Parts: sequence; structure tokens; C-alpha cells
Amino acid sequence: MMTNGDDAVEVVPVRHVGRYVAGFVVAVALAMLVHTLFSKVPTGQVSCHATAGARHCHPITNWRFGWNVVFHYFTSREILSGLLVTLELTAIAMAIGISLGLLIAIMRLSHNRLVSATAWVYTWFFRGTPVYVQLLFWFNIAALYQTVTFGLPFLNVTFAHINLVAFFTPFNTAVVGLGLNEAAYMSEIARSGLISVDEGQIEAATSLGMTRSQTLRLVILPQAMRVIIPPTGNEIISMLKTTSLAIAVSLVELLGAATNIYSANYEIMPLLIVASLWYLIVTTVLSTGQFYVERHYAKGALRTPPPTPIQRLRNDVRGIAAKFASGRSTARAS
Amino acid sequence: MTTPMDATMPMVEAHGVHKSYGAVEVLRGVDLTVARGEVTCLIGPSGSGKSTLLRCINHLEKHDAGELRVDGHLVGYEAREGKLYERNDKQICAERSRIGMVFQRFNLFQHLTVLDNVTIGQVKVRGVSNDAAAVRARELLARVGLVDKEKNYPSQLSGGQQQRVAIARALAMEPKLMLFDEPTSALDPELVGEVLDVMKDLAKSGMTMIVVTHEMGFAREVANSLYFLDQGVIEESGNPREVLVNPRSARLQSFLSKVL
Repeated sequence: MMTNGDDAVEVVPVRHVGRYVAGFVVAVALAMLVHTLFSKVPTGQVSCHATAGARHCHPITNWRFGWNVVFHYFTSREILSGLLVTLELTAIAMAIGISLGLLIAIMRLSHNRLVSATAWVYTWFFRGTPVYVQLLFWFNIAALYQTVTFGLPFLNVTFAHINLVAFFTPFNTAVVGLGLNEAAYMSEIARSGLISVDEGQIEAATSLGMTRSQTLRLVILPQAMRVIIPPTGNEIISMLKTTSLAIAVSLVELLGAATNIYSANYEIMPLLIVASLWYLIVTTVLSTGQFYVERHYAKGALRTPPPTPIQRLRNDVRGIAAKFASGRSTARAS
Repeated sequence: MTTPMDATMPMVEAHGVHKSYGAVEVLRGVDLTVARGEVTCLIGPSGSGKSTLLRCINHLEKHDAGELRVDGHLVGYEAREGKLYERNDKQICAERSRIGMVFQRFNLFQHLTVLDNVTIGQVKVRGVSNDAAAVRARELLARVGLVDKEKNYPSQLSGGQQQRVAIARALAMEPKLMLFDEPTSALDPELVGEVLDVMKDLAKSGMTMIVVTHEMGFAREVANSLYFLDQGVIEESGNPREVLVNPRSARLQSFLSKVL
């Protein structure tokens, strides 16, 4: 409402005809899509019954998308244990990816040429080969090395002895394969965060007498996090779905569980929907978490932090209420 | 590390200090003496090496040749048995922690509140307890006139306020020497005064200060000595009230005609 002193002048908004047409077209298309989702189709069987001496027959219909099957399997034991494996795998592989990735990023920035070159080669190798191939590689590593021994070279001192054949179970293979691959991507994300911090911050920390590692931990990393978090959230969500490749090393995770079920009952689409719904649910939860972590690390970077979705909703409601109230008061005035 | 030194010994002594970045020779044999408790201003055109000299004094940059002493100690080296041993990182950090530095662009830690900016060095470098550090930080914030801003983040402050926090942050380390690298050059004109006032108070309290500046009024009023640096050498030096009024060298005359 534009006002000029005490005289309120009515403002007539422009009508956007194009927007109404576009909205109508999209609404119709969405309605049609939703209708097909919940439509029923004949199963090919016929059911007959007699009413008042006459025989009535009609075809048996079923949900096209098999929602009853989806519902039946959604919380079945196989699916839930597959989901658990997927979540564990995502968590452990990402933990390896983030910590190793950070280490590699710091190595890339090292003054020692050999150290930084090693980090570069790692990234080059693991980004340059398909993760599917890497999984198969680790699954068959025992063909190259049967055991790994940790100790001091030339001194006959041994700390640990690992039998690779026993170690590389399907789960461990998937953890190692996905984690090492992820570290290559995370290292680039972490490096971009580290170099995004203004050099003046490093000089200020140095001039206070902080050591290089204090400067990194107390000044650079906390500020780099703001740049690192959003793509890391992306990586976690991406990892959640990439775990479905663990089928290559015969690990039964969420998709594997769904596959196992439909290979027995041929309800392919409903079980793919079950798996997809679970992926969507977990992704939604992760995205929400990401929002709050981002907000935490944005402290000091913005003069006013963006509102949380709940605050935004509250503001919207308040705004609409205010609009409603002022609309009524002008109506009364005129 | 800090043995009691003779009060007449200069705080900073430079003899023939050289520094090159690749093929560019920024400092070409600088001689300078800063007495304890005195304020020294460095002036000169941009690129003359003023900032580089300042950064060599707290070893943010390594000088290539010449002798540079702070409080009697060689900067970055230790002389023993006729050899110069490079100091290790820990020793250099300890030396640096007693030299405060204030930057043109403030360089406050953006992710920390004003109070945390002033306590972090005390807690993490000097090993002071959190409570004691906060007490000292509040004293210093009161001294620079920012007692009500301790919970704010740097991005919520004006340039002049940020620079005053930066001064408090440096003072929190109980420095024996303060370096100012063009502390008012990034400020809006109306905010310059508040920072210069804090620096004048500091000078009155007897702090040894080296100030790279373009504020000739400050130099004339506060400085005990003035050095004019041009193309990597000290072209002229002396009492600012004499040097600024009667510049002898043609270079300083032409420089002053541009900045005054």
C-alpha cells in the first residue's frame, strides 16, 4: 500500500496473464500424473458373483504401482536390515573420506614437494578410475597380496599382521573402496575451503605467535568450514546412493535387499519404489541437518544469519496475518 | 628468552638489511634504530619497502642479508661460536608473540566474537586461563572504547571499531614493541581520528611503536623520529618536526608536495 501523507492511494497491481496460463497447464499435468500413480489396472482375472438370480462378472483391478506391495515390504525385516547396512556404510565411508580427504588437502599444501606430489597422485588415481572398478579391485586384492604386516623394516619387529583374504569381507571391501574413493573428492573440497581463507587471517594468527598447526586448527579450518560444508553435504547424499554399487562385491544393502525380494516374487517396480522412498527419506533428513550445520559455521560471516525454516514459516504467517489485518482496516476506512 | 636488557639498548636495530622477492630488490641496505619507549614513523611512496621492513622485524618475512636485532636478539637467528643458527619455529613463535602487529586490513578473526579475538592469543599462545584472559580483554576493550561490543562479530563493526579491536588484540599479548602497517589507510576519513587517538594514548603510555603511515599530522605530533624510505633505502631521517618542515633531499621534497 503506497501512502502519501494521510491520503491512502489505491495501487492496482499488474495482472500477469502468462503466469496464470502456465500455472494452469502445470496444475493439469500434475493432476494427470498423480492420477496415474493411484490408478488401477485389470489384472487379467475376472471375478463373478450372483445377485438377485443374475450373474455379474467384472475384472479384478489392482494398483498400477502396486502400492499394497510397497506398503507390505516398506518396513519388512529384509528392507530394514538392508537400510541399516546402507546407513552404516555411508557413515563409515564418509568418515574415512572426510578425515583422509582433509589430510590429503593439507598434504597438498605442504612445503615438501614429495608430500604434496604424493597427495596430487592420490587424487589423480582415485578420481581417474571408476569407483565400480575400484570396488572390484579391492574385492580381489588378495590375488596380489595375501597378508599385510606392520612393523619396522629390516629389524624383524612386527606390530600387526592382517590376513587380507579374511579382512576383505563384502562390507569391509565396500567401506575401503568407497572411503578411499571419497577421500579423493573430499580432499579437493577441503583444499578449496582452506585456500578460500584470506591470507591476512594467517598473517594475523602468525603475528600473535601461533604455530602453523595452531593457525590451521584455530583460524583457517573454522573459516574454511563455511566453504567446505555445502559440497560435503552433497557428497554425503551422493555417497548414500553410491553405496548401491556395493552390489558389485555382493554386499546386501538397501537396493540389494529389494533386488533379492523381487527376484523371488517378480514385483520389480514396487520394490524399486520401496528402495527409492527410503533413499528419499534419508536424503531429506540429511539435507535438513546440513542446513543447521551450515548456519552454525556461518557465524560471523554474515551480519544477520538467514532464518531457519521454522522462523521463516512463522514470519510468513505473521506477514499474511498483518496483510489480512491491514486489508480489513483499509476496507473499513473506504 | 627475555633476559633483562640494558635500558639504553635500542628496541630495534637494523644494519644493512636486504630483502628481495625474486629479482626485485625491495630493501637495499636499510639502517634504522628505534629507542625504547619511542614512536618511530616510516613514510615513503608505495613500493618503497616500508611494509616489508615492518614484516622483517617480526619475521613474517625473512631478510636476506644484514643484521636485524629486536630487544638485543637477532631476528630469526642465534649467534653461537661464530655461526648463525636459524631458530626453530617454536622459538620464532615465542619471539613474535611479544611483538604486536596491526594491519591495514584489520585481519580480525571473522569467525570469532570481539572478545574471543582478544582472548585467543592469550589463551592459546601465552597459556593464560580463559577467565584471566577475558578480564584482560575487557580492560583493553574499555581502553579502546569498545566495552559494549564484546559479543559482536567483526563484520558487524565499522572499520574504525575493527581496527581498535585489532589494537586491543595485539596489546593483549603484552608486547614490548608494536608495529602498525598503515593502520588508517583502509578507513573512511571520519573514522581515522578514533584510531589515531587510541594510538596517541598508547604512545603516551610509553609503548615502543613503529608506524608505517601517510598521516603526516600524526607523525609530526606524536613521533620521536621519522624515517623516509625510498626505493629500498632510508633517504632521510631525523626529528619529524625538522624533517617534515625542512626536507633536505629532493625526493622527500617531491613526496611531501604530493601527500601534504
